[in-house]
Amino acid sequence: MTDLAAFRHETREWLEANCPAEMRQPVRSEKDVCWGGRRAVYQPGQKEWMDAMAARGWTVPDWPTEYGGGGLSPAQAKILKEEMAAIGARNPLSSFGISMLGPALLKYGTEAQKLEHLPRIARGEIRWCQGYSEPNAGSDLAGLATSAEDAGDHYVVNGQKVWTSYADKADWIFCLVRTSKESKQGGISFVLFDMESEGVSTRPILLISGYSPFCETFFDDVKVPKANRIHDENKGWDVAKYLLGHEREMISGMGLGQSTGGNPLVEGAIATIGLDESGRLADPMLRAAIAEFDVRARAFAAMSERFIDELKAGRAHPAQPSMMKYAGTELNKQRHELVMAAGGSDALEWESEGSGGGAKARAWLRTKANSIEGGTSEIQLGIIAKRILELPS
Amino acid sequence: MPLYLNDEQAMLRDTAAEFVTEHAPVRHLRALRDADDQTGFSRDLWRQFAEMGFTGILVPEDQGGLGLGHVEAGVVMEAIGRNLSPSPFLSTAVAAVEALKGTAHAARWFRGIAGGETVAALAIDEGAKHTGRVVMAAERSGNGFKLSGTKRSVQHGHVADLILVAAQTGEGVTLFAVEAGAAGLTADPRRLADSSLASELVFDGVEVDADAVIGEVGGGQAVLDRLLAAGRTGASAELLGVGGGAMDMTVDYLKQRKQFGQPIGSFQALQHRAAHLYSEMEIARAAVLKAQQLLDAGDPRAGEATMVAKAMTGLATTLSVQEGIQMHGGIGMTDDYDIGFYMKRARVLAELFGDAGHHADALARASGY
Ligand SMILES: Cc1cc2nc3c(=O)[nH]c(=O)nc-3n(C[C@H](O)[C@H](O)[C@H](O)COP(=O)(O)OP(=O)(O)OC[C@H]3O[C@@H](n4cnc5c(N)ncnc54)[C@H](O)[C@@H]3O)c2cc1C
Ligand SMILES: Cc1cc2nc3c(=O)[nH]c(=O)nc-3n(C[C@H](O)[C@H](O)[C@H](O)COP(=O)(O)OP(=O)(O)OC[C@H]3O[C@@H](n4cnc5c(N)ncnc54)[C@H](O)[C@@H]3O)c2cc1C
Repeated sequence: MTDLAAFRHETREWLEANCPAEMRQPVRSEKDVCWGGRRAVYQPGQKEWMDAMAARGWTVPDWPTEYGGGGLSPAQAKILKEEMAAIGARNPLSSFGISMLGPALLKYGTEAQKLEHLPRIARGEIRWCQGYSEPNAGSDLAGLATSAEDAGDHYVVNGQKVWTSYADKADWIFCLVRTSKESKQGGISFVLFDMESEGVSTRPILLISGYSPFCETFFDDVKVPKANRIHDENKGWDVAKYLLGHEREMISGMGLGQSTGGNPLVEGAIATIGLDESGRLADPMLRAAIAEFDVRARAFAAMSERFIDELKAGRAHPAQPSMMKYAGTELNKQRHELVMAAGGSDALEWESEGSGGGAKARAWLRTKANSIEGGTSEIQLGIIAKRILELPS
Repeated sequence: MPLYLNDEQAMLRDTAAEFVTEHAPVRHLRALRDADDQTGFSRDLWRQFAEMGFTGILVPEDQGGLGLGHVEAGVVMEAIGRNLSPSPFLSTAVAAVEALKGTAHAARWFRGIAGGETVAALAIDEGAKHTGRVVMAAERSGNGFKLSGTKRSVQHGHVADLILVAAQTGEGVTLFAVEAGAAGLTADPRRLADSSLASELVFDGVEVDADAVIGEVGGGQAVLDRLLAAGRTGASAELLGVGGGAMDMTVDYLKQRKQFGQPIGSFQALQHRAAHLYSEMEIARAAVLKAQQLLDAGDPRAGEATMVAKAMTGLATTLSVQEGIQMHGGIGMTDDYDIGFYMKRARVLAELFGDAGHHADALARASGY
């Protein structure tokens, strides 16, 4: 107990001293998120904050220190998170490397693969993208067709991916390829390669939010060394599923926001609508909707805490990330509907300076993807029904 | 503190679940109802609860209890909810104990509660909905007070040994401990939809001594708040049991019942609704544990967490029992089948100490909108 109290004290002092003021502002738009990578363009304070945290291993606090992590116990990691929230510190680095590939490498990578990739992920040097979906393999992901032909020490990869978020900005890709046609799930392998490899091309696709392009990604005789395959040949589905669990866990927490520092939804509503004489929001229907949402959001915050605690203690059901993903993303969509309802015509602005370039409208539209990306809500419900409730097929 | 039950709490949960399932399953409620029982619960069962140590969970060790917290009381409440067991546990062992703790009344009542002899009732509501408002008056009279007015929806009010009453004295709200049989006190028990009994209590100039005051004269709001926080958290845990029990029955039924040559649980339209229901119940469970842990830690955030717990369990359990009946089809509408009992109990608990709307509103006010 005293050890943890001492850790909390030291952490608080260190964060106070090292978190730049710019990094204690709420994240307003996607531009405020630090993704790292070879071609990153940093805002003031972003790189210093990332580097300072990375030097302590705190971009990935619970990874082992030999792979660039902080080696923290679950209790310590929780304290770090709480102390960061207490000063409104931004996440120093968001990355598919941390939230998705890292855990999969830790479980399935060879020692050489871990040493090669994990520290660079922790330091934000390499930005990763995810090559899973294809034009005819979305919800039915295992139906993917991108082929990898055996050419001795390497594979030759041909095919097309779609909806590859930030493929045009990423340095490396983790990619599912077909190494055998004999079995649907049993013919998939999981490979890593540099997006600058010959034969890789990307074409951005604009989203309804007007930003955050994801891409069509094409592979034309791309050479991928076999040393870059994670886990056995044709066993990639295991890695893919394990990684998806982590992706779902990450998406479930998106937009939940930090527990301190007020409630932007309520503040926005008060600003546009105002309070009546009794101190209540002057639109009773909207007030009721926000109040019920508040109940659900706070209950979900407790669920997130419980889920992380159970996960760290090895007590969570393996399909529980599906429930978190489902509930968290539906809630986040609801939050942004309320933000739009509270904002009225102000929230509709798309380009003006005052609206932050249409931040509210764009964020609202972006959240609609939350219940699609990483496996749709319908797919999550199916997983819960079959794997947790054990309903028959 | 991690947000799951520790090993001792999990053990207590298993013990409570096993005990209540064996001694007071839904059959027990049915038997009381069919016999037109006028007590509303079984005194024998209450004594057995005491033998198990349950009734003294929140009672300090030096006063004959186990000195445990709301997490532990909650696991018993959940077992009660899951089995729809009629019991004065919530009003007596949770709410009353919390209100009397640290007051001069503790010595008078705790041994009886821990021993399974004493039953307490809470006379705090005056209308059809819980508002928290206290209008009933207590006038000074002699060295004590004279209570006049009517309280409603008092569970176990007609059989309780001890009745906690909130009334206005000139100084503000004061909470009184009134003993059964006081002159001028009459109880009119009414059967509710869930076949429990709740009384209208009429106080017609009921005289009490000054030492009937719990805590300070005019300082009753703080005691009432403590009582309500405990009561609401306990009711949330009971709702969790009711909703969880209904959900499990329903999921089992989906696996058994065949239509169109298949178990209906294989139909995606039902699978997705069952999965959604599961999510809601899990989230409610987390909210309840959070409130219990914060209460036990004396954390100032406990108040809001309690509102969240009561509102969220109200929403989730209402969904659970409604989906339960619907997915059972025609059989769910029959008295023979248990699912309807869950529906009725959930409705009563949802109203108790403020419904989901009441608590969402309170949360909004606490958050400044
Ligand atoms: C913003 C965004 C970013 C993304 N980023 C990436 C990325 O970086 N990398 C990547 O590989 N992919 C990415 N994706 C792709 C994402 O994983 C897929 O969109 C998702 O898996 C759904 O596939 P689909 O779009 O082909 O929809 P479909 O599979 O065609 O589904 C269409 C509709 O049918 C429903 N449906 C399908 N099958 C069933 C079923 N069996 N039961 C019930 N309903 C069903 C779905 O739920 C959905 O509502 C991203 C998507 C979005 C929107
Ligand atoms: C009060 C009452 C009065 C009635 N009176 C009469 C009467 O006078 N005469 C008479 O003949 N009948 C009567 N009925 C029977 C009524 O028509 C049936 O209850 C109804 O058709 C449903 O059948 P079931 O109860 O067997 O439910 P089931 O068919 O077992 O259905 C159980 C659940 O599964 C769902 N389900 C079943 N199949 C599917 C599917 N393929 N996809 C999705 N969901 C599915 C149902 O919607 C339901 O929620 C009465 C029922 C009630 C409750």
